[in-house]
Amino acid sequence: MDGDPEHGTRRMRTAQASDSAFRITLFFGGIVVSVLLIAILLSLVLSSRPALVANGFRFLTGSEWDPVTNSFHALPFVFGTLVTSLIALAIATVLSLALAVLMGEYFRAGMFASVMRTAVELLAGIPSIVYGFIGLFFLVPAIRVVQIVLGVPPFGVGILTSSILLAFMILPYSASIGREMLMLVPSDLKEAALSLGATRSETVWKVSLPYARSGIMGGVFLSLGRALGETMAVTMVIGNSNIITANLLSPGNTMASLIANEFSEAQGAVYLASLIEIALLLFIISTVINILGKVVINRMVEAV
Amino acid sequence: MKVSRLLLAAALIVSLGGIGFAQSFEFVGAGATFPAPLYTKMFDQYAKEFGVKVNYQAIGSGGGQAQIKGRTVDFGASDVVMTAKDLVDAPAEIVQVPMVAGAVVLVSNLPGNPQLRFTPDVVADIFLGKIKNWNDQRISSVNPDVKFPNLNITVVHRSDGSGTTGVFSDYLSKVSDEWKTKVGMGTSLNWPVGIGGKGNPGVAGLVKQLPGAFGYVELIYAIQNNIPYALLKNKSGNWIKASLQSTSTAANVPVPEDVTKLSTTNSDAPEGYPIASFTWLLLYKEQNYGNHQKDKCEALLKMIWWMTHDGQKYAEPLAYAVLPAPVVAKAESIIKSITFDGKPLFAGGM
Repeated sequence: MDGDPEHGTRRMRTAQASDSAFRITLFFGGIVVSVLLIAILLSLVLSSRPALVANGFRFLTGSEWDPVTNSFHALPFVFGTLVTSLIALAIATVLSLALAVLMGEYFRAGMFASVMRTAVELLAGIPSIVYGFIGLFFLVPAIRVVQIVLGVPPFGVGILTSSILLAFMILPYSASIGREMLMLVPSDLKEAALSLGATRSETVWKVSLPYARSGIMGGVFLSLGRALGETMAVTMVIGNSNIITANLLSPGNTMASLIANEFSEAQGAVYLASLIEIALLLFIISTVINILGKVVINRMVEAV
Repeated sequence: MKVSRLLLAAALIVSLGGIGFAQSFEFVGAGATFPAPLYTKMFDQYAKEFGVKVNYQAIGSGGGQAQIKGRTVDFGASDVVMTAKDLVDAPAEIVQVPMVAGAVVLVSNLPGNPQLRFTPDVVADIFLGKIKNWNDQRISSVNPDVKFPNLNITVVHRSDGSGTTGVFSDYLSKVSDEWKTKVGMGTSLNWPVGIGGKGNPGVAGLVKQLPGAFGYVELIYAIQNNIPYALLKNKSGNWIKASLQSTSTAANVPVPEDVTKLSTTNSDAPEGYPIASFTWLLLYKEQNYGNHQKDKCEALLKMIWWMTHDGQKYAEPLAYAVLPAPVVAKAESIIKSITFDGKPLFAGGM
C-alpha cells in the first residue's frame, strides 16, 4: 500500500531544485544591494576627488562656502542637518510614542482604529514638496506670529520651522513601526500585569513599552535617516543662509538642501566636486548614525 | 513646471515627426532655464517651417557649459557668458552667440507698496548689510514722497545657483568696490546677509510674506505675476523703470570686437536699464568633430541665424527683450566665422 517510491524522490528532487533556485535569488538580491552600496560610495569618492585634494581637512572645520573664491567648507551644513534632524527626532519621538500607544494599546480594532491607521499611512505617502507648501503657507506664518510676539526678526522660515515640519514628515514612520511593535507584545504578559493589579497605564509603561523598546527605537532611527536626507521641504522653509547659530529661530541650511540648490548651476570642477564631497559626507554621517542606532538597539535588547 | 515644459516640447517634437521633410535633422541642446520657454517656442516654430527638430533640455547654465565642453550636445546655452577661465579646459575654441536679453528687477514689501527709487550705492549697501532699516536717511532722501516705517530690511536672495544672481552680482560688482572685493560675481555667492528662496517664485513668495523684505527677480517673472518693482538710477543719472524696451536699449551700446566683453550691466546707454544682460548659445568654432556631417552643421547654423533674425519676433510676446541691431550684426559675423574643416560653413541669409 506504500506510495510510489520513485515519485517521492522525484518530488523531493524538484523541491530541492526550487529551494536552491530560491536561495540563489535571495543571495543575488543581497549581493546587488551590497554592490550598489559600495558602488555609490566609490563613485562619490571618485567624483569628489578634485575637492578632496583642493579643500583638504579644513573642509570639515571651516564655515565659509564661497563659490566665487572657490573656498568650500561644510560646517554650517553639517550643523544645520544635525540640528534640524535631532530636534525633529525629539518632537517626533514624543508624538509617535503617544500615537503608537493609542493605536497599539487603546484602539487596536474598530472604526476609530482603522481611521487612525489610514490617516498615519496617508501622512507617510504625502510627497515632500506638498509638505513644503504646507510648511510655507501654514507653519511659516504661525512661527512668524510667535517671532513678532517675541520681538525677534519675523523671518518665519528657519531652523525651528524646518525641525517642526520634519517632525511631522517622519512621524508616520516611527508611529507605524511603534504600533506594530506594541501589537507584538504577548497578551499573556499584559494579562499577567493586569491580574497583578496594575492599571492600564502602568501596564503600558512597565510591560508593553519596555518589551517593544528596541523595535520602537529601530523605527525612530529609521525615521532619522529620512530626516537627514530630506531635501525639498527643508529647502522651502529653512531660509538657506549658510550660518552657524545657536538661535533656533534664525535661518540656516542643510547638506541636502545645499546640494539641491546649487548642483545644477555649479560651474568649475572644484565647485562641482565640493558639492559631491558634501554628498559623500552626508552618506558617511547617515551610515555612522545608522550604525550607532544598531549599537543602541542591541544594548537595549541585551538589557531586556 | 520645467518638467511639464520639457514634456510639452517632447510631445510637440514627436507629433511633428510624422510630417515629412526633404531634409530632416535633429539637434540636441542643453543649458539655461531662463530662455527655455522662448527656445521651446522658437524650436517648435522652426520645426513647423523647416522640419528641423531640436531637443532642448533646460538643465541650467552650468550644465549647458559642461555639456558643450563634454561635446555631448550640438549646442549649449548659458545666461552668463563663459569667461576665459571657464574656457580653459574646453577641447577646442567655443564661440558664444547672443540670443535675447533679460533684466533683473528689485522688489520689496512695505506697507502700501509705494513706488520706490534706488541708487546703485544704496542697493549695494543694503545687500552688504550696511543699510539695515527702511527709515535710513539714504533711502528716504531719494524717495521724498514715501514715508518709511521703522522696519528692518530683510534681504531675500536666490538660494539656487542662477544666471539671475550672476547678472545681479555682476551689476553690484560694477557699482560697488566693496561688493567686488567682499562678495564678487557668480551664480552662487557667499551672501553677507539675508535668506534664500528657491527660484524666482521662492524669492517672490518670501518677499510677499515678509514685511520689510527686499529682493531681486527676473523682469519676466515680475511682469507675468504683476509684481511692482523699483526704479533704478542708471550710469547716466536717469531714473529708469525696467521694461523690454529699456532692457534692449541697455544693450544698444557700441559693440566691442569681442561681443562677450559687451558690458550690458550698468550700461552707458542714457535710457538703458542698468541690470540687463544677454543669454547665449554656445557652440564650437570648428564644427568638424566627432561624426559631424557638413550639411547637418550648416542646418544648425541656419537655425541659429533664424533665431537671431526672424525668430526674434517670438521674444516680446513671451517678455524677452530683443537683440538691438548692432548686436544682431555682431551675432551674424560670429555665425559666419564658424568653420567646417577650416572653411567658412554658412554665408548667412535664409
